[in-house]
Amino acid sequence: MTATLLLATIVKILIMVMFVLNLAAILTWADRRQSSMIQDRVGPNRAVIKIFGKELRLAGLLHPLADGLKFFTKEDFMPPNADRLLFTLAPIMAMGMVFTLVATIPFGDTICLHQFRLFPDFWHVHTGPHGELLDGVERWGTCAADSRNGYAPLELVVAPLGVGILYVFAMSGQGIIGAAIAGWSSDNKFSLMGALRAASQMVSYEVTLGMSLVGAMMIYGTVRLDDMVRWQQEHAWGIFVQPLAFFLFFAAAVAENKRIPFDLPEAESELVSGYFTEYAGMKFGMFYFAEYAEVVTGSMLLVTIFLGGWALPFFHRDGLLVQFGDTTLLRVAIPHVFVTLLGVLAFFGKVIVVCWIQVFVRWSLPRFRYDQLMKLGWRLLLPASLANILVTGVVWLAVDKAGSAASDGLRIAADVTQAVVAMAMTYLIGRGVVGMFGTVTHERNIIGTSAGIAARRGGTKTEPMQA
Amino acid sequence: MTVLTESAARAGVDPHLAPASLDPEADLMLLHFGPQHPSTHGVFRMDLLLDGEMVLKATPYVGYLHRGVEKLCEKLSFVQQTPIVDKNDYVAPMTNEQALNMAFERLLGVEVPRRARWMRTIFAELQRIASHLLWLGTFTLDLGGALGGGTTLFMHCFRERESILDLFEEVSGARFHYNTHTIGGNRHDLPAGWDANVERALRVIESRLGEYEAMSVANSIFVARTRGIGVLSGDLALELGITGPNLRASGIDHDLRRDAPYGAYDELPVRACVAREGDCLARARVRVDEIRESIRLVRAGLAGLPDGPICGFKPIRQPTQVKIAGGQAYVAIEGPRGELGTFVVGGGDPATAPHRLKIRAPSLHALSAIPYIVPGHTVSDAVAILGSLDPIMGEVDR
Amino acid sequence: MIATYAPLFMLLFFAAFLASVFYVAATFLGGQKKPNPGKQAPFECGSESSGGRHLKLSVKFYLTAILFVVFDIEAVFVYPWAIHFRALGWLGLAEMLGFLAVLVVALVYVWRKGALEWET
Repeated sequence: MTATLLLATIVKILIMVMFVLNLAAILTWADRRQSSMIQDRVGPNRAVIKIFGKELRLAGLLHPLADGLKFFTKEDFMPPNADRLLFTLAPIMAMGMVFTLVATIPFGDTICLHQFRLFPDFWHVHTGPHGELLDGVERWGTCAADSRNGYAPLELVVAPLGVGILYVFAMSGQGIIGAAIAGWSSDNKFSLMGALRAASQMVSYEVTLGMSLVGAMMIYGTVRLDDMVRWQQEHAWGIFVQPLAFFLFFAAAVAENKRIPFDLPEAESELVSGYFTEYAGMKFGMFYFAEYAEVVTGSMLLVTIFLGGWALPFFHRDGLLVQFGDTTLLRVAIPHVFVTLLGVLAFFGKVIVVCWIQVFVRWSLPRFRYDQLMKLGWRLLLPASLANILVTGVVWLAVDKAGSAASDGLRIAADVTQAVVAMAMTYLIGRGVVGMFGTVTHERNIIGTSAGIAARRGGTKTEPMQA
Repeated sequence: MTVLTESAARAGVDPHLAPASLDPEADLMLLHFGPQHPSTHGVFRMDLLLDGEMVLKATPYVGYLHRGVEKLCEKLSFVQQTPIVDKNDYVAPMTNEQALNMAFERLLGVEVPRRARWMRTIFAELQRIASHLLWLGTFTLDLGGALGGGTTLFMHCFRERESILDLFEEVSGARFHYNTHTIGGNRHDLPAGWDANVERALRVIESRLGEYEAMSVANSIFVARTRGIGVLSGDLALELGITGPNLRASGIDHDLRRDAPYGAYDELPVRACVAREGDCLARARVRVDEIRESIRLVRAGLAGLPDGPICGFKPIRQPTQVKIAGGQAYVAIEGPRGELGTFVVGGGDPATAPHRLKIRAPSLHALSAIPYIVPGHTVSDAVAILGSLDPIMGEVDR
Repeated sequence: MIATYAPLFMLLFFAAFLASVFYVAATFLGGQKKPNPGKQAPFECGSESSGGRHLKLSVKFYLTAILFVVFDIEAVFVYPWAIHFRALGWLGLAEMLGFLAVLVVALVYVWRKGALEWET
């Protein structure tokens, strides 16, 4: 059993860390690619790899790889006046802390494995003794009911800590240290100012980050992230029950990640590069990478708490159950392992979408001033999150005491939100697929002589750009 | 001088603050801001005395881009100078050429044909659109960051500006350093179908200007970053010799195109764009309004463009052909950044070159406001203020 | 217990290992060190830096840190209540509102005192 646990843990750690690692790398590409689309540019497309005499460009997807290689081969520079120990520790702390965040984030429902078989029984459908569908498809569950039948639970979370989200808060707080000691140890005025900005900004938004989730905890009644997801699967997604907290948390998370419009610690138009001005090569790359990894972990947290985590609307442990109140419209039994794996895919897909939204935000807003940022945090977001606690408490208790009619109404409303989500997801996926096969039109306003001549000759490049 | 000290005192700013007079225990920091800095618009340096993030004193240093253009002009013949001054204000070369050649024309007493005056006016207004678009892009770059939303507007503005450069290329063959003005008129006549191309470009710019406004002067973060920042009072602006959009944003209704018409402005009435606040936002609004006004002027100019010769001076065969024995002239035009003047003294040695040539660069005067309006703001605001003054270092340092 | 915390420490170890690998690789794979006086000087836009190491900065930044400590510890007190909030009912809510009221008073106090002014 211990060997199995060890193996499972290693696999889970690899899944999570590799997902963060790879998505962060791809996100650097997505950031540049998306920005080029927004800004009417071609974007990165020059990194090329030759395989069997064929040039492979993959729309610039090789650029993160090329960047990484370049970072590694750059001169390893340390300013002579720097504090050697802290200067060394800073990038390690900044990068290491990000990966520790994923420990308590569940990426799938508890999967029920057969104890006596090596591989999960993919085709096992929960049916009654005569092969008929069971009356109620289980909405969710640990494998307690089945353990008699030889099923063992495998929780799809690296470390199922009871403290759940508190651990995430504790660890995300450490992210400040990397930025702060990087700036302080560099012996550079711009770095120092960047570090101070980073420290004060991150501690300020840490407060909002924590307070905005109190409302969510009150409703979910737990700090365990997997139980939060189960509540959302059972009822409605967090964004519907805590809309204000969602926006507060999103803003605070973007501020914690030090991204535009809150990227003051590195504000390159003011502080050149902020706290990592004196870093070069891969040491800079580690900060750069940590920023994107933070975007991924922040998105994971947002998805888990507000966007239903692995939950898909109407998908329950053993199948699809479309139910409004007590009216059942559709009941399809689907093998439990399939549902769980679908949930894992849903979780990672949602994380990618949220990361993508952050890319959009980054490329469409100017940045705040330092004092405006602090005021926004302390004077607007913090009181708003306190008010959120108050409103949530009053409304929730009132509903609790109002009797069964109110809770039945809420029950149906929750199912309606699930339907809304299902329709929205279907629509977006459909639009994405249609857009993928649609033709791309690009209008150019070419007027000038040489541009006109070039256009008549078919562009300025003899070979078509892979844009 | 009294106005300077008075208005500085009213703003609670001492531009000549001696750091030694301050408390040595106050943890002040002297930050060299530039010349090698992403947002100093070239090579400009400010020394900021900081208390935390707050600027106590700002000292501008210019001269990193000094190329000795005025001295060079004393050695070159009158005809050879046009392409040299193109590089002064490298964002608006058309108006540089125009100011220089108008000074020579006044010294020589040459009459410029009507068509050439109208063409110069159209060029100048197109150049103003291009210059203001570039300014809008770089200003949001200062506010929004080169790695974020700022770049988006920057790239879009550059795209539109490109269509204007294409128009100039059709006329002169060069995208940027045109050398199309000459003594007595213009070198190149407009190609066939140019007005249709202009209309196409203007229509695109006009239709997209609303979006750019939404991303800049109507964006709430942009407004929060610029409103009430770097307030330049009207009398201080006058005292410092600040002109152009910076002056008009401070409530002084002064526009050379309307007050001392040259070119075709006597026949094309100009509506000066004025704001009262004098802060960065006002300067931004004035410039965006001026883009609209310039679009209108270009359209009016093309509609009323007369026929006729484009040069009123005998064709120039060799550089030494133009000789000016003596006399002096000062001509100022309303460039995109303000009063762009050329002062020329004839009778140099040899007489084919001026004895002395001085260019009045509006950007240099704009920078002189920095010690008065930056203190009391944060480092971020210092960047915003510098950007809003729209300095071009090539013109400042010459 | 061990099934819960062993994976956590494995992850912590793995994260530290990964970050260290990056750092060590950067140190050993990195290009030749070619120091020169210009490169060694602290970057200050091409001007000679004045001041020196261990720069001092305004005390205002530390005020923010103190505020954070105060408010974040308050948040820690709110979490246990939030979990059991339905069981505690109206009385619990009233008590927590009293606690939050103290917090709000503190916030208003520091606000009025000018601790939430960063531009001056």
